[in-house]
Amino acid sequence: MNGSVARRFLLGLAPWVGAVALWYGVRWSGFVNVSLIPAPHQVAAKFVELLLHEGLLFDVFASTRRVFLGVMLGILVAVPVGFLLGWYRPARTFADPMINFFRALPPIALIPLVIVYFGVDELAKLVILFYASFFAGVIVMYEGVSQITPLYIRVAQTLGAGEFEIFRKVIIPLTVPHILTALRVALGVAWATLVASELIAAQRGLGAMIQNASTYFLLDVIYVGIICIGFIALIMDLILRWISARLLVWQERAVV
Amino acid sequence: MSAIGGIHNARFDRVSLEFDTPKGKLRVVEDVSYDINDGDFIAVIGPSGCGKTTMMSMLAGFQKPTTGKVLFDGQPVKGPGPERGVIFQEYGVFPWLTVKDNIAFGLKLRANRVPVAERDYICEHYLELMGLSDFANSYPKHLSGGMRQRLAIARAYAVKPQFLLMDEPFGALDAQTRANMQNLLLRVLGTEGKTVMLITHSVEEAIYLASRIVVVTARPARIKEIIDVPFSYPRDEALQERPEFGELRSHIRELVMSEYRAQQAQIRPASFSE
Repeated sequence: MNGSVARRFLLGLAPWVGAVALWYGVRWSGFVNVSLIPAPHQVAAKFVELLLHEGLLFDVFASTRRVFLGVMLGILVAVPVGFLLGWYRPARTFADPMINFFRALPPIALIPLVIVYFGVDELAKLVILFYASFFAGVIVMYEGVSQITPLYIRVAQTLGAGEFEIFRKVIIPLTVPHILTALRVALGVAWATLVASELIAAQRGLGAMIQNASTYFLLDVIYVGIICIGFIALIMDLILRWISARLLVWQERAVV
Repeated sequence: MSAIGGIHNARFDRVSLEFDTPKGKLRVVEDVSYDINDGDFIAVIGPSGCGKTTMMSMLAGFQKPTTGKVLFDGQPVKGPGPERGVIFQEYGVFPWLTVKDNIAFGLKLRANRVPVAERDYICEHYLELMGLSDFANSYPKHLSGGMRQRLAIARAYAVKPQFLLMDEPFGALDAQTRANMQNLLLRVLGTEGKTVMLITHSVEEAIYLASRIVVVTARPARIKEIIDVPFSYPRDEALQERPEFGELRSHIRELVMSEYRAQQAQIRPASFSE
């Protein structure tokens, strides 16, 4: 038992060690100008410096909060909208072209308009992240909900379930997996959009930090920012997967 | 204990049903009349795709006849209800509930809510009866096809419908499991006495289980013949070895096969033209 835990830990660690080794390898291979690639230990030192003296945690917090709020608001709206679209065919016919029109627009392209209408404050960034999360989530929700088979509803009806009972006891449990998938997809998209949203008169946040660092060609800071974003996204995804595994023990999956 | 018990009967009164398709109206059921009386075990048999399931679906309340009436206890069927238990071909066990919670599902609904102690008692009873006790807290993903089918039956039985509609319930099971399930059904019916409408395409199954067999034609489904099965209950597998069983089987098989051939003849010219 202990052996297998240790092995899983090592197996999970191996690619990271490999990535760092590759990083050093590229740096020392001579193919690339060394000044263009800060060494991992330099980036680590920069990380500690930023953490202790430049308030890196504050940037992490600002970004995480934006992503979190944007995704929460986006999904909060995407769930009912996606549900309606998936459930009622007329609603789909009505709204589908519109949704696909807006979904195809990259959030970055909207930034100038967002600045005009929402200013350059926190609200503007939230709007961009909301936009990204909503359209990512709504598609997942409606694809998922439209695939729910009527069989379970019929079964519930023959057992005597009323409309509200069917909704509460059949449709909600069948919808939960799609909500969780929508959340995961939206989180991914939101982190990807974060840097763009923090381009708007950035003060704090990891995207802002990267943006500022690029102005002064501080490559080590850029690396720290990117790695931080990656790790926070990874942690959020792990938490979500942990919640999914708990809520969806019933699902047929090969391995958890 | 049960609000749903009592005597029930159903009647198909000159029932026809048409679907609108892109190629025009498709007549699925045509002028079908028969009665299902309390205590009957009716098997409806016919070539696959002939409209047998549609017939059951109307009595279950999922579809309405285009003309004619489908009556349950003298009233036109308006929709599904717990007094008509349905066992679906695809089982439809709820994957998000444990085996026990699947059985308890109907008992927790407003329509047939019972006290917790009674609910537990009913669940235990059917877990035991269906041989699912060891899996009470498992999710359906851990069950075999036969066990899922037993679970679907247990769940339907738990709300004590006196009237059961079964749509090829054993169609997907292997021969051994199928025989076991048939025997189990006979045993349960023997103790709980229910009225059953069974849709099947197996002649042996129809004779072995039913008290009356409705043979229907290829689409549109019309009644070809209604046959009283002359064997008394309780029945066991020895019945299938009796010569009368064999004679009845040959007779019904010939009826079904002639319809099957008619159906093939209908399909073939159409498929050549495409």
